[in-house]
Amino acid sequence: MLDKTPLGNLPPAPGVGYKPQHFSDVMQDPAPVRWLEIHAENYMGDGGRPLAQLRALSERFPISVHGVGLSIGGDGPLDQDHLARLAHLVDWLNPASFSEHLAWSTHDGAFLNDLLPLPYTDATLARVAAHIDEVQDRLGRRMLLENPSSYLAFAESTWSETEFLAELVRRTGCGLLLDVNNVFVSATNLGFAPRDYVDAFPLDSVGEIHVGGHDEDADDHGAPLLIDSHGRAVADPVWTLLEHTLARSGPRPVLVEWDNDVPAWPVLCDEAQRAARALAVLPR
Amino acid sequence: MTTTAKTFAIAGAVAAALTATANTAEAQSKEKCYGVALAGQNDCAAGPGTTCAGTSKVDYQGNSWKLVDVGTCAEMSLPASADGGARKGSLTPLERDLPA
Amino acid sequence: MTAEQDRFAAALLNPGAARPEGLEDGGHRAAGRRFDVYRNNVTVSLIEALQSGFPVLTRLLGEANMAELARLFLRAHPPSSPRLMLYGEGLPEFIARQEALAHLPYLPDVARLELAIRQSYHAADAAPIDPGLLATIPPEELLAARLRLAPALRLLRSDHPVCAIWRYNMEDGAPRPEAGAQDVLITRPEFDPVPLPLPPGGGDWIAALAEGMTIGEALDAVADQPFDPGPSLTLLIQGNAITAIEREP
Repeated sequence: MLDKTPLGNLPPAPGVGYKPQHFSDVMQDPAPVRWLEIHAENYMGDGGRPLAQLRALSERFPISVHGVGLSIGGDGPLDQDHLARLAHLVDWLNPASFSEHLAWSTHDGAFLNDLLPLPYTDATLARVAAHIDEVQDRLGRRMLLENPSSYLAFAESTWSETEFLAELVRRTGCGLLLDVNNVFVSATNLGFAPRDYVDAFPLDSVGEIHVGGHDEDADDHGAPLLIDSHGRAVADPVWTLLEHTLARSGPRPVLVEWDNDVPAWPVLCDEAQRAARALAVLPR
Repeated sequence: MTTTAKTFAIAGAVAAALTATANTAEAQSKEKCYGVALAGQNDCAAGPGTTCAGTSKVDYQGNSWKLVDVGTCAEMSLPASADGGARKGSLTPLERDLPA
Repeated sequence: MTAEQDRFAAALLNPGAARPEGLEDGGHRAAGRRFDVYRNNVTVSLIEALQSGFPVLTRLLGEANMAELARLFLRAHPPSSPRLMLYGEGLPEFIARQEALAHLPYLPDVARLELAIRQSYHAADAAPIDPGLLATIPPEELLAARLRLAPALRLLRSDHPVCAIWRYNMEDGAPRPEAGAQDVLITRPEFDPVPLPLPPGGGDWIAALAEGMTIGEALDAVADQPFDPGPSLTLLIQGNAITAIEREP
């Protein structure tokens, strides 16, 4: 159990996923954006522009390091080289927060570049908890774990996702990153009510909230199948779900994710402004 | 090469290099900004990054590997050469590489 | 459990493999094409990674051809690390084995150049020497000195005009490449790697310096050809590629 940085040090304000093409804009006029999130793996080179930019950004903004490649749900041991590089980055940057995903992405030495799903069983729970312990020990800090967006379910699952995450918090002392768009995507795809999921979620452990855009497809039966594409503006029902979440959780850092077809900076600022409005109406 | 010849060569090289560098130093120091990639390059030297998103683009797989001429390689008349490997390290353009 | 991720991963990389069992929608019906979302995410994201990592190769082949090549490559050689910035190391050799590309013999070296540029971009920073330092050392002592070169420096020897091909595809108005071998020096004066063709002998001389030979030994290594070190030294200095002059005590 590790409890050194209670849920991280990000401000309960809007942040955005940082893209290098926005560097000048961010430095000149961040507008409503108060903090930035980066993907750890993109800053694991030895030098050059990425790290120079990150150093400059970190002097002005709290930074959230968001890992996408640790494969915490993988059935093999964690990649020790990767964990060492992550520790190096976190030691150097001392970010306001570190988060990763409830997913796997590496198998048998191959990195598959997608966040792959897990069955919620006792065996998975034990394995993921052990990996979280290992990461928190190595980094010397509490991490946040993000709920996935799901396109399918496992017949063998015996835990609900919210109970599974709550149990991980109990066992490891980790915090959670609640991706509200992922909730909406999974709820639509698997046929549950998104508000029920939020109401069952251990909101006291949430150190960060994500919103992002999704696309629409259909399954074999013509049922809606939402894809977590981060390639467009956040959908209206996801904003509504964010408001519902914040009303229950209280103020939290809210990140707008836009990873594909990345828009011009002012468009991203408009999205951050909408997150700012959702935070502003909360009772203080 | 004799030592004298080498001494001569390197002394001349240093003089030439310093002269050439003095002329360009100012132009280089202007582009100090680490925010912006060189014009026209769009920072693609950074290479691919990671994503935590899925994609709505659908990959339709072709049946076989068949090259369709649609890229710029069709614009260049660089001939195929049968024994390129034998000339590794050669710096002289070879006659048989030149387009007829 | 291991078997489960084995099957899942195998089916992701092999579209001919059956979808794993035990996967459902939310209502206990078989997941069907829902599994294909993951398969598609893996394939498309890695195709796009290779297209963005090899922009000149993509322009040379055209986007559709590059996607075909990338799909074959990623299934045979998925990334071995989450650091996608380095993905594609085996692509030059893979291209060289493709019969469909045999009539474009310069392609593997173009891929090597693009890999070298990317490696240079992400290489460690190192402060260059003040060039004036060179003038303060007597030539006889310089011949006995070694040059420490920047981590971002790369050298590519090619039988093909790779640098000209790269420029033709990256810079507006660059001339059409003409046949002939090219040695390419990649330096990173600030944050952007710059590939430039070396004059005759320059590749051999800089390769010798990079191996740790003294300046004099490196000149001996190119003694079989007429060589003036001036232009190559100029490129090293302008590229901020010399980080120390190491002299015998």
